[in-house]
Amino acid sequence: MKRRAAPILRNFRAFLRISASSKSSLFGLIMVTVYVLMAAIGPFIVPLDLVGRSPRYLPPSVQHPFGTDYIGRDISAQIIHGARDVLLLAFVAAMMTIMISVILGTVAGMKGGRVDTLLTFVTDVMLTIPGFPLLIVIAASIKGGGGILVLSAALAIVSWASPARAIRSQVLSLKRRDFVEASRSVGFNTLYVIFFDIIPLILPYVAVNTLLIMMGAIYSLVGLALIGAIPWSECNWGVMISIAVNYAGALTDPRSLQYLLAPLGAIAILQISLIMLSHAVEVVFNPRLRERVK
Amino acid sequence: MRWIYRRLITAALTVFVTTNLIFFLIRLMPGNIIDSLIGFYVDRLGMTYTDAYRLLSASFGIALDKPLHEQYTSFLYNIFTGKLGESIGYGRIPVINIIAKAIPWTVLTVTIGLLTSFLAGILFGLLAAYKHDSAVDNILKLVSTFTTAIPNYIFAYAFIIVLSSRLNLFPMFGAYDAVKVTPGFSAPFILNVLHHAALPILSYFVANWGSWVLYMRSNTVSVLGEDYVLAAKARALSEFRIAWMYVGRNAMLPLFTMLAISIGYIFGGSTLIEYVFTYPGIGFYISRSVGTRDYPLMQGLFLVITVAVTISNLMADLAYSRLDPRVRFE
Repeated sequence: MKRRAAPILRNFRAFLRISASSKSSLFGLIMVTVYVLMAAIGPFIVPLDLVGRSPRYLPPSVQHPFGTDYIGRDISAQIIHGARDVLLLAFVAAMMTIMISVILGTVAGMKGGRVDTLLTFVTDVMLTIPGFPLLIVIAASIKGGGGILVLSAALAIVSWASPARAIRSQVLSLKRRDFVEASRSVGFNTLYVIFFDIIPLILPYVAVNTLLIMMGAIYSLVGLALIGAIPWSECNWGVMISIAVNYAGALTDPRSLQYLLAPLGAIAILQISLIMLSHAVEVVFNPRLRERVK
Repeated sequence: MRWIYRRLITAALTVFVTTNLIFFLIRLMPGNIIDSLIGFYVDRLGMTYTDAYRLLSASFGIALDKPLHEQYTSFLYNIFTGKLGESIGYGRIPVINIIAKAIPWTVLTVTIGLLTSFLAGILFGLLAAYKHDSAVDNILKLVSTFTTAIPNYIFAYAFIIVLSSRLNLFPMFGAYDAVKVTPGFSAPFILNVLHHAALPILSYFVANWGSWVLYMRSNTVSVLGEDYVLAAKARALSEFRIAWMYVGRNAMLPLFTMLAISIGYIFGGSTLIEYVFTYPGIGFYISRSVGTRDYPLMQGLFLVITVAVTISNLMADLAYSRLDPRVRFE
């Protein structure tokens, strides 16, 4: 493993350097870091007030950066606590998804034959079934909506197919390359070839797609919370939107508007940051794109 | 011709797998839904077990106290004969009636939204590729990346807040104003429908436009480097003729497959758009069925969505094979 460490370290340094060289990549990197910090240590610093100890409808101020809502709760605290909910779930779901698609894609590509035919068929079927409605049916069929792991698994079931198909086609082309032939002729077995020749080369794709899958998971997660398909956690951003619209009347009452705009803005900025970060990661792994950045 | 049969079999199996999925999801998930519904009727509404079973059996159109395999065969029989059961949340209306009423609204908004965004995306993508690395290109790239990243329901809320709540230009909910117009083929009704459909369509448009621009741009950039484009230039054909007949057509080809796939995505995405606008299409009812625990309606809607997506994918594949003969010899 030692000989692998150096390139990864070099890649990380290259990653920082390239991120710093393009404004949008730098924006993505900084903002995603901010969100992660907000989710990781924010809840310890900012207490969550669920009772409403402040006056109602306060405008944004230093003490309440996004003001207070219709029963006098600090909106920024809800955003911070919601970030943990959303980011953690999106991350776990993305990890599960990418694991399923790497395993199935690699197996289908390496094995070929009947196994490949079967897996390709299952992939095709999953690609046809519309994901979000399927997710609604799954979430509605789980009693109580399930915890983080169950929900992540549901998200993974819905979204593994398209990365799995892409990984399969990459594996198909990689396994005919000379260095794989060389590994085999020296006598390394299939597992060695998979882990040391194939997987390292699909890692760029995996890294970029993990971020894209996270974006999809955030979309679905907030959407599910919005329509009430997953349980009532106090400050998931989707739940905030739903309460703002249905209880606080944010669409007609200007005083509640900040309560709706805060989660909408939090989601929009997070998604934009993630896509910028994914561009940065893509540039790091793909030197042909790098020429143009400099 | 073999690939057509293969596509047909895959399509049929997709629908079959979906029906099975619905049946087993509702029955075999931890914390069986049927049992918990029965429990809800008995505990909260004070029904007896027999009444609760009878009511639910009527809703699902299946005798729920029979063993699982008998339920399964009658479920499949019902599906193939078009009996989707009765809605629980909407006062025992047959599910098929609700679906029939909802489909036109979704098809109207989704089709217009998808086609307009597709056409506009192609034009802007072509423009961006021709102005490669210029200010126009950079702005188009930035805007389309942003709009693709931002979830469609955020645009929907933004449009409601600004265009209907503040400026009062568009209605906030519904498919038409039942007080002002009566349904029928008349100008006021059609105008009213379009007025209500405008914001949902605009949301689909803005949310989908960007990805078409990005695909079209990258396809066009690679086509512009092809030898036949150089040859066309050497023959001194007009810029417009090259852009349309040589570059545009070839760069568009892969996008037709994407169009087929995105029909599936947009049907899924319609759930949240229609929820936000309270627009009575398929997606609105599926989001409502969650809150009212209306499983017969939910499974019927999901089945219809899947069938619609499967059929449109199939048709798109057939159309694509007409456009690009290479597919047929694959």
